[in-house]
Amino acid sequence: MYDVIVIGAGVTGCAVARELSRYNANVCVLEKCDDVCEGTSKANSAIIHAGFDAAEGSLMAKLNVKGNEMMDKLCEDLDIPFKRNGSMVVCIHKETLGGLNTLYDRGVKNKVKGLKILNREEALEMEPNLSENVEGALYAPTGGIICPFKLTIAMAENANINGVEFRLNTRVEDIKKNEDGTWKIRTNNGEYLTRYIVNAAGVFADKIHNMVSEDKVHIIERRGEYCLLDKEAGNHVTHTIFPQPTDLGKGVLISPTVHGNLIVGPTAEDIEDKEGTNTTAEGIAYLQEKANGNVRNLPLKKVITSFSGLRAHLEKHDFVIEEVKDAPHFIDCLGIESPGLSASPAIGEMVGNMLRDMMGLTNKENWISKRKDILDPSKLSIEERNELIKKNPAYGNIICRCESVSEGEILDAIHRPLGARSLDGVKRRTRAGMGRCQMGFCSPRTMEILHRELGLSYEEITKSGGRSNIVMERTKNQKGGEQ
Amino acid sequence: MKAYDIVIIGGGPAGLAAAVSARKAGVDKILILERDKELGGILNQCIHNGFGLHTFKEELTGPEYAQRFIDQVLEAKIEYKLNTMVMDISYDRVVTAMSREDGMYQIKAGAVILAMGCRERPRGALNIPGYRPAGIFSAGTAQRLVNMEGYMPGREVVILGSGDIGLIMARRMTLEGAKVKVVAELMPYSGGLKRNIVQCLDDFGIPLKLSHTVVDIEGKEHLTAVTIAEVDDKMKPIPGTEERYTCDTLLLSCGLIPENELSRNAGVEMSPVTSGPVVNESLETNIPGVFACGNVLHVHDLVDYVSEEATRAGANAAKFVKDGEKEKGKVVELFATEGARYTVPSTIDVDRMDDLLTVRFRVGAVYKNSFVSVYFDDKRVMHNQKRIMAPGEMEQVILQKSKLKEAGDLKKITIKIESE
Repeated sequence: MYDVIVIGAGVTGCAVARELSRYNANVCVLEKCDDVCEGTSKANSAIIHAGFDAAEGSLMAKLNVKGNEMMDKLCEDLDIPFKRNGSMVVCIHKETLGGLNTLYDRGVKNKVKGLKILNREEALEMEPNLSENVEGALYAPTGGIICPFKLTIAMAENANINGVEFRLNTRVEDIKKNEDGTWKIRTNNGEYLTRYIVNAAGVFADKIHNMVSEDKVHIIERRGEYCLLDKEAGNHVTHTIFPQPTDLGKGVLISPTVHGNLIVGPTAEDIEDKEGTNTTAEGIAYLQEKANGNVRNLPLKKVITSFSGLRAHLEKHDFVIEEVKDAPHFIDCLGIESPGLSASPAIGEMVGNMLRDMMGLTNKENWISKRKDILDPSKLSIEERNELIKKNPAYGNIICRCESVSEGEILDAIHRPLGARSLDGVKRRTRAGMGRCQMGFCSPRTMEILHRELGLSYEEITKSGGRSNIVMERTKNQKGGEQ
Repeated sequence: MKAYDIVIIGGGPAGLAAAVSARKAGVDKILILERDKELGGILNQCIHNGFGLHTFKEELTGPEYAQRFIDQVLEAKIEYKLNTMVMDISYDRVVTAMSREDGMYQIKAGAVILAMGCRERPRGALNIPGYRPAGIFSAGTAQRLVNMEGYMPGREVVILGSGDIGLIMARRMTLEGAKVKVVAELMPYSGGLKRNIVQCLDDFGIPLKLSHTVVDIEGKEHLTAVTIAEVDDKMKPIPGTEERYTCDTLLLSCGLIPENELSRNAGVEMSPVTSGPVVNESLETNIPGVFACGNVLHVHDLVDYVSEEATRAGANAAKFVKDGEKEKGKVVELFATEGARYTVPSTIDVDRMDDLLTVRFRVGAVYKNSFVSVYFDDKRVMHNQKRIMAPGEMEQVILQKSKLKEAGDLKKITIKIESE
């Protein structure tokens, strides 16, 4: 019997898990995929919003601003990169200049710090590659950029080291209330008993909710397509550049990433498919058209990959974080769409506090708040690097040429808590395969390491779990040789 | 800091030939840095034959061709380091390298020869819509898996792009028992050699669909199908022409890109057309003492031309090491227009050039019964008819030093394709 089961190991579930790991409680996270950070958390803008967009008084606004404020300390504790590069909402039509004031006022009411309206000259001085048509901009110095994989993985690892169990490849199929008020969760991997449940299932959160409640909810999968540009284009802008928002959302942004690429996106299209993460020709064409409106000479030819993610949109467009009325001891995290990544630490804290109060949880005495990231040897001097290679020669062996990732880093990614088990798992933890050749060079080499370290046969190695196997069988010649 | 007369970045066909040539020219301290576990570069995975017809007058496999040069390197006792990644090259020719055994170290090079080869254009750079499942490979990655690791990616294959590696892999996968359903090529002509189309597709009844591209990729975990469609003359898919192919493997052979990260960081000037360095008649970049050859300079069709080019680069680097930086003589610029896409080299120092200089270029479309013309300023000095020229095959003209000298106040040389 667990005290709490968290369903979903995205950024929300992992933030909740980390918060719960502070307390004396038996906590488990169930995740249907092969790794943490496999849904919405892996495919988004990778930015930390300042908090001027969300409606005044909404939970979204409150948790966005709170989460943003928590980010510096959290990222320091978790040893992951976070940069407050500042964001700008750019106005390119004189007649909509007033919209900037509306956003400014809302931001002030939401308690966003440091907002400033810039005139054309000030905006261009701050960001010389803005469109010539720029009329003015709203500047938010607290806007930031982050690696969503690292944030999610780091919170999961930290929760895990503090005793939270993770059950991967475990899909929730049904939830029943036991007579004593506890829950029985049926999965493809057996049954789990728990006193409390946190529903952090992202776009699937309606399915999970509807298993326990008569008050049915519906999540709309709002697809967002993105293009990621080569690091050569990474300095085209230094701030996160937004257009003025519309009814469908915050529009197509252009932002440097914390790793030095440039990201362009997202589109916003409502689909009825919880796995509809395909890109479309129309979507990519739309991005290219929109992005060029706000920034000049955007080097869209330098795209290295495109992808799409699904936002878990609720019609009321606010986060719903509450105990379900007709399902006591079941806490929903519904509608965690943008700015969910920014709000995640605050969501984790809010849910943690709710459960602490409901369950009377007590603090662990030996809770470990910090975690060390995978060592990045590129930050070392030649002398330090040589010391490292002497101690562990694997750091002298480069596996991914585009991102200069060594075997040492990959071994660390595989052998740390909740370590990588697939090519994508290695990629998200080390960046091996995330560069301009997109795994062309390193995938056979990474496969060799996964084979050796995890005892997986080549046929068992996957791109990202499930049936995503890379190779099918031995060649004729090799088969013959083995007979 | 260690010092070498010549440091060669890359131990593939270009690096090997450059090393051998520099040694023949009398350079003593030569070092080849190779990131893989053996010399030979990409040739090691090219187990098909057809290499070396020009150089050795016989048909060799890739590894056999490489071995001919490896043997010469060994015989000449040229030093090389395997499993070694070059991390940086500086403007003043300090090379930073790293390996398990030696850690990170720096070498002062009298001359540097860039011979890093090229890489394949990945799916992401092609903006192909659809899902991103397992089962999509660049053709060269699949070639490595099949020929070196001994594993088959799948059984039912669609290939996008008709570059040579894709064509070779169509045959290779077929011989391994896979069904290659179609090769789709965006352009109205193939990107590969004619002989590969005949020997790798036609001989096996594999259809080549020109002016077609992939417009959708299905499969949430593993590839299950792709849809291809015909494109119009603006490369836009034509609605109604879609054809869906179930498959578990999609190979991409959509162009090669010279691998010039190190060159760029060093400050080497790049050509936007070739994505390789801009070089003079000595195959020297804008950085004195830094030379380039092989696919890092411009993508070649035949390895024989790589070896020949690298031999020149090696000899010129040797000259630089022995004689130092020479004073500039009279420099003539080369231009490619009207059908010719680029020239290598981009400039010629008339005083320093060899008696005969090969200028290589590619055409931008298929030309039948057309002429390769060379103009000295406005005067046509060469006019050679060619039965067929195609973007997949490299072209060349040979310039004579004596003719350039005779031309007196020559400012520019232009290569163009003319219909008559």
